[in-house]
Amino acid sequence: MSQTTPTTPTRVGPGPTTWTPGKVGESDRRPDGVPKVTGEFEYSSDMRLDGMLWGATLRSPHPHAEIRQIDTSEAEDLPGVYAVLTHEDVPGRKVYGMEIPDQPVLAWEKVRYQGEPVAIVAADHPETARRALEKVHVEYGVLDPITDAEKAVQEDAPKLHLSGNVLRRIRILHGEGVGAAAKADVVVRGEYEVGMQDQAFLGPESGLAVPDGLGGVDLYISTQWLHIDQDQVAESLGMDPDQVRLTLSGVGGAFGGREDLSMQIHACMLALETERPVKMAYNREESFFGHVHRHPAKLRYEHGATRDGNLVYVKARLVFDGGAYASSSNAVCLNAATFACGPYEVPNAEIESHMLYTNNPPCGAMRGFGAVQACFAHEAQMDKLADELGLDPLDLRIKNALKPGDRFPFGQEVPPPAPVREILERVKVMPLPEEQEVMGRDLRGLPGGVSNVTHGEGVKRGVGYAVGFKNIGFSAGFDDYSTARVRLTVEDGEPLVEVHTAAAEVGQGLLMLQAQIARTELGVEKVSILPADTRVGSAGSTSASRQSYVTGAAVKLACEGVRERLFERAREELGEPPDGLSVEAGNVVRDGRTVVPLAELLDGDELEETCEYHHRETHPLDENGQGDVHLQYAFAAHRAVVEVDVELGLVRVVEIATAQDVGKIINPQALEGQIEGGIAQGLGLALMEEIQVKEGKVLNASFTDYLIPTILDMPTVKMEVLELADPEAPYGLKGVGEPPTIASTPAIVAALRDATGLELTRIPVRPEQLAGVSDGPPLPDEPTPGGAGYAEVGRLDGRRET
Amino acid sequence: MVELNFARVRPEAVMDLTRVPELREWGTENGRLRVGAGITYTRVIRELGDRLPGLAMASRTVGSPQIRNRGTVGGNLGTASPAGDALPPLYVSDAEVELASVEGTRRVPVAEFVKAPKRTATNPEELISAFLVPEAGGPQQYAKIGPRNAMVIAVCSLGLAVHPERKEVCACIGSAGPTPIRACEAEDFIRGVIEEEGLWESRGELAEAALGRFGELVSEAARPISDVRGTAAYRTHAVGVLARRTLGWAWNEYRGGI
Repeated sequence: MSQTTPTTPTRVGPGPTTWTPGKVGESDRRPDGVPKVTGEFEYSSDMRLDGMLWGATLRSPHPHAEIRQIDTSEAEDLPGVYAVLTHEDVPGRKVYGMEIPDQPVLAWEKVRYQGEPVAIVAADHPETARRALEKVHVEYGVLDPITDAEKAVQEDAPKLHLSGNVLRRIRILHGEGVGAAAKADVVVRGEYEVGMQDQAFLGPESGLAVPDGLGGVDLYISTQWLHIDQDQVAESLGMDPDQVRLTLSGVGGAFGGREDLSMQIHACMLALETERPVKMAYNREESFFGHVHRHPAKLRYEHGATRDGNLVYVKARLVFDGGAYASSSNAVCLNAATFACGPYEVPNAEIESHMLYTNNPPCGAMRGFGAVQACFAHEAQMDKLADELGLDPLDLRIKNALKPGDRFPFGQEVPPPAPVREILERVKVMPLPEEQEVMGRDLRGLPGGVSNVTHGEGVKRGVGYAVGFKNIGFSAGFDDYSTARVRLTVEDGEPLVEVHTAAAEVGQGLLMLQAQIARTELGVEKVSILPADTRVGSAGSTSASRQSYVTGAAVKLACEGVRERLFERAREELGEPPDGLSVEAGNVVRDGRTVVPLAELLDGDELEETCEYHHRETHPLDENGQGDVHLQYAFAAHRAVVEVDVELGLVRVVEIATAQDVGKIINPQALEGQIEGGIAQGLGLALMEEIQVKEGKVLNASFTDYLIPTILDMPTVKMEVLELADPEAPYGLKGVGEPPTIASTPAIVAALRDATGLELTRIPVRPEQLAGVSDGPPLPDEPTPGGAGYAEVGRLDGRRET
Repeated sequence: MVELNFARVRPEAVMDLTRVPELREWGTENGRLRVGAGITYTRVIRELGDRLPGLAMASRTVGSPQIRNRGTVGGNLGTASPAGDALPPLYVSDAEVELASVEGTRRVPVAEFVKAPKRTATNPEELISAFLVPEAGGPQQYAKIGPRNAMVIAVCSLGLAVHPERKEVCACIGSAGPTPIRACEAEDFIRGVIEEEGLWESRGELAEAALGRFGELVSEAARPISDVRGTAAYRTHAVGVLARRTLGWAWNEYRGGI
């Protein structure tokens, strides 16, 4: 095995990253790009310290069981084991959670999902730690799991939590609701289902906790929001937050899956108990049990329209399986309800959104956050309606497109810019890819690729469209803010700006964005981005596509503060009137003429500003589901061209064309990355990505059987980017991370329907469905001899038997 | 290695055989190819593509380039997974597996070597040293179903070889039964059709109906189960489609002359 006890001390955590960034609007290459490609980048799982111990987690093999007894004595006696801890050893609050603290740090009395942590150990070698887990004896009383959200809501269902099984219910009543049904000439109904998608980030959960010798602890960690981790860890350790200091280490992707805690409290508990640094790093299989997933959903819709294609009403009932614990389900439930009708002008609506507890894996945040599930359904409905009316599906969408000044079904006025019609028209006129002769094509250009399943036989082309939208920033009254500290200093005679925030760079490009803003606002070449940590105020979460907006605004504000002080100084020392001054290329200038070099003006001093940016207040929904809940809206439309082998049900996505409004392009290369990456994740949900759960147990906790698209599955992406400035946002920008994920999925499914004529109401669409082959017998309980021999994957109790 | 990685097994010792040169050689022996068990998929594609086209096509579908650089046909044999990509091409060429130990060397037909899922005829003291297989005497095909277009374990697969020298067509189903399965009835049927119509000599076209029936018979030979990768019904259907198509491609190639 490659993991051994460390012998060489290593610096913990990253240092500052200093480079000459581009300005706002220029492509800036990632400073960490080359190290990541060459394997030299230090991810959180790569950290080592002399004398550190390895932590490991014992997890429940049962989705629902009573814990009768936990016997740790045999594990404690194992040589090399330094600590074995259970719920009894949690020093502070025994539960955690971002919205509702309902999740045990370590389970007591009951386990509510397969993989729930029950005990933790620290040992001098990861293999010793693993063996120690086998010697912790837990006596379970296995209970029947509740695995169907529709059953969890029934009166006689056992209650999984004291509060019952209903986590949240939202009802939106708009206009006359379904009372307007009489005015509709045409009604279409549909039921849709979305499977459980995983964030599938490449860097598993990992971190290093180092005791400070004074009772406190430093935690080096991959996360999306340092300060909410800090608060929760401190609470469960029974400490003041300032005794628990967090530093962001190399993050290998997030997509929502790092919003909840994983091993944070566990590693700190072990480190404080053993007074040694403790590293915890999940492997791929454990990672599937170590974070929340995208909510599976069942969605029932009814759309009414006039004969000429004007929407009259929408009735929707959305049911989400929240799994065992709350995570961010509350907010997902709200989001789905508010996006249920799509970006259309809907005069009357009745929407119910239900979020339920079950014994399935906990679900929470994932890119798109409730909008994804709703979009799959409302876009399928729009196609169905267009079909019923004999209208072009794109024209029907354009006809009903939302515009600024309209009202969303939840009562908020649509703020400008809201270019729904414009982006739809853009994808309409983008040239379609040329239809090449299928016979004799290179295999890589056919469904199945080099797997050689077709040389053109059975291949049919289809085209589909969809449009979706997403709120940017935290909503519903949350005081959403970010903090930035900016310091202007002189190093080697050259001005240097240091930017310090707690904002998590998770691969999206925030590092560059902060540096670009600093360079733009302060006119210096060299910028240094300090490691994100809790020594500066909260930056809020790297989620909801909000960091460019909120942390971007905080950095800009702090830079402006520093700049004002520079100009003040120029006025005081040089008698320059402050009006008309600017900074450029390391100089204070007026009308293109250098007034004074910054280095000279600073004269060895430093200027520092720390600013908080709070975005405009939002409000919760009232009892009728009305309120100004969201801050900013971002829209993206997609057109998918697919080729389907209709006999085998295999697919090649030929091209995705997209139009998205981003307000202002800050970094063209990073934007392209977000759009293409988001589409890849949307393609995955359309065609292959699903955590299969049976009786509460995960069947495919590995990248062998949880498939994500490869580069050979990803098509060419044609993109048109609109820059319609949002007057409230810094530089007019809009968040860009999530919109590409939302409508790409329904666009692909619409194209599949176009190619096959099938209804396709469930995603991911499986080859069986596309080939029209009935399901056959249900999944057997026995290990699967038809598999590759890893049938035990996902059976955590299987470890005991080897 | 996968099981080690998943902590499912903890063997007492692991031995690295990559530096045993004999295992990494191939050559001819009495008119057959003898291929060392340590030959990687990458080398099969690069060095044996003309002699063993079916095996090379199967090798191309294995994992990623990194895995093909490291993984071997010998490993595929030792794992004896019904989804092993190298197995159907070996079955349709009636390959033999060479097992070596201090007691000596023995050779076992591949269909007898693979006994059950993950079970082989290897004795504990034996090493899979090589496989023996005739050079292709006619067109060969390998096709594999996976829900994505690369790096996927077979939902099901099909290996096919046209043997003009012995006037036979062989087909083997992968990943739709406890072991790879030769579709004997389909083979007998198509041999009859070809003989009856004198197609070996005339190199005439195979009728659509004959291809269709061949596919049906291959479907009937499958013994799949439903699991996370696919349903039994789909596997049964898909191997039939693959059989019909691959026979069509191979026969067309035969008609084009060798």
